[in-house]
Amino acid sequence: MNALIVAAILGVVMMFAGIITKQKSSIRLLAIAGLIVVLFANVLDTYGFHFFSIPLNGMLHFDKLSYFFTSIVLACTLIFFLLSAKDLEKVGFHYSEYFALIFFILCGIILVSAFGSLLILFLGIEIISIPLYILTGSDKKNLRSNEASLKYFLLGAFSTGLMLMGITMFYGSTGSFSILNSINVGAEPSAMLIVSVLLLVFSMSFKVSAAPFHFWTPDVYDGAPTVITSFMATIAKAAAFIAFIRLFYLGFGNIQSSWQWVIAVITAITLIIGNLTAVFQQSVKRMLAYSSIAQVGFMMMAILSLNTFSIEGILLYTAAYSIATLGIFSVLAKMKDYSFEAFNGFAKHQPIVAFSMTVFLLSLAGIPLTAGFLSKFYMLKSVMLTEKFLWLIILAVLMAAVSIYYYFRLIQVMYFKEGVEPAIEISSSFKWLLVVLAALVILLGIYPQLLFNWFYF
Amino acid sequence: MPINYYIILSITLFCIGIVGVLTRRNAIIVFMCIELMLNAVNLLMVAFSKMHHLKNAAINASAGSEGQLFVFFIMVVAAAEVSVGLAIIVMLYRNTHSVDINFLNRLKH
Repeated sequence: MNALIVAAILGVVMMFAGIITKQKSSIRLLAIAGLIVVLFANVLDTYGFHFFSIPLNGMLHFDKLSYFFTSIVLACTLIFFLLSAKDLEKVGFHYSEYFALIFFILCGIILVSAFGSLLILFLGIEIISIPLYILTGSDKKNLRSNEASLKYFLLGAFSTGLMLMGITMFYGSTGSFSILNSINVGAEPSAMLIVSVLLLVFSMSFKVSAAPFHFWTPDVYDGAPTVITSFMATIAKAAAFIAFIRLFYLGFGNIQSSWQWVIAVITAITLIIGNLTAVFQQSVKRMLAYSSIAQVGFMMMAILSLNTFSIEGILLYTAAYSIATLGIFSVLAKMKDYSFEAFNGFAKHQPIVAFSMTVFLLSLAGIPLTAGFLSKFYMLKSVMLTEKFLWLIILAVLMAAVSIYYYFRLIQVMYFKEGVEPAIEISSSFKWLLVVLAALVILLGIYPQLLFNWFYF
Repeated sequence: MPINYYIILSITLFCIGIVGVLTRRNAIIVFMCIELMLNAVNLLMVAFSKMHHLKNAAINASAGSEGQLFVFFIMVVAAAEVSVGLAIIVMLYRNTHSVDINFLNRLKH
């Protein structure tokens, strides 16, 4: 609750900061300092020190999972600010408003990571989506940005409509919006409840961009300004995902047998489409968009299995995926050209940056000793424990092998090709931050207890 | 009046909205169809609210009121979405002088 209120206040503060000062560096400092305060408030909350006592009436249900996930997201946002806040200047004139919108998105993320009622789920998803529509179209003169924003908006609003129909059906069959204890154990679910669960599956798949509801993702991620894409593809996606898993873990866990096969089919299609299409991409930005779809395929396995392994795994997965993708996108945001050829000989001119990018790519591909490997392992193991979906595990391993092709293509281009020096400015603090992140990826891959000890403190 | 009529009416409206979104090519009309979907949901929500009220009024006098509260939230969020959506459409119109969705295929290649 602390973090929610502080983030909302900071959003308003950032809106007015643009009037008071025109200095971009002070706005940036204010945003970073504010975010540290939010993170600190959330950590205090985790240890039982609440600033406010507000009766929530079951609307919000803060538990360890929600506090911990909020901390991960806030830390990732801090990384995003430190790496890419300077590149946000290039997007448009309204620098402080972008930070304000990001703080409002964080409010939405805290809501969806702690919702206890479907009303809060709906509000949280909308509070995340509406600022994202604006941020996607923030490059106002650029036709691609306009197009991406309209596409995102129309499909996002459409999926919200589906979600609302699902919520209404849920209300009709259970008489309540609360996801906790609304569905009786062992009772045969009514047809209306099943329709409601299916509609919620479809709309949440839209939000996390799982196939066959993924078609907006590459276009939107490609058209949006790269800095915004990096935020959308990591933090906003992780938030939609945690809403998804929370809805099914707390709400529909009792009737798992009636929806499990739908999730299995969606997972399989997502893995196949995401990985196979990523192979044919010529632009790194578009390749990362498809890679984010492919990674969602792995994350969907947590929803399929729903045991303690999958909850631990999804936390590790969101952290590992977000750090690695933020790192790659932050370098990409500094480039002028997004094709693979632009990275020719990158290692010769920027050895430190190229090395950390290699670690991130290895982590995304799931090579041992990186966090990406361990998170994929957790996902596969959680599905293994259900003892039902062996074919899916085999498919996932095959697809992980395919993914190595397109991740290693970038590494190969960076190290084994000759090229002219790319015209990018990289400060030394940026370089060292990337190295720290790469070290973090490896550390989490060797010693994941670092994360979980904190979860079970 | 039995609840079935309300359910059939709102599902029909909802499906008209979905078909409109999938087939129409004018951004404004697609947008109107999305609003139609949201309003179909509102109608169904109120109908269910009344149904739960009649069923549980003896135990709990305020039963079913949460459904009607939800409708207000949907209306507020829909208004916020309209303001952002129309701004996006106007921004696009300034650059292309068209609101046709078929025009939007630059990102494909």
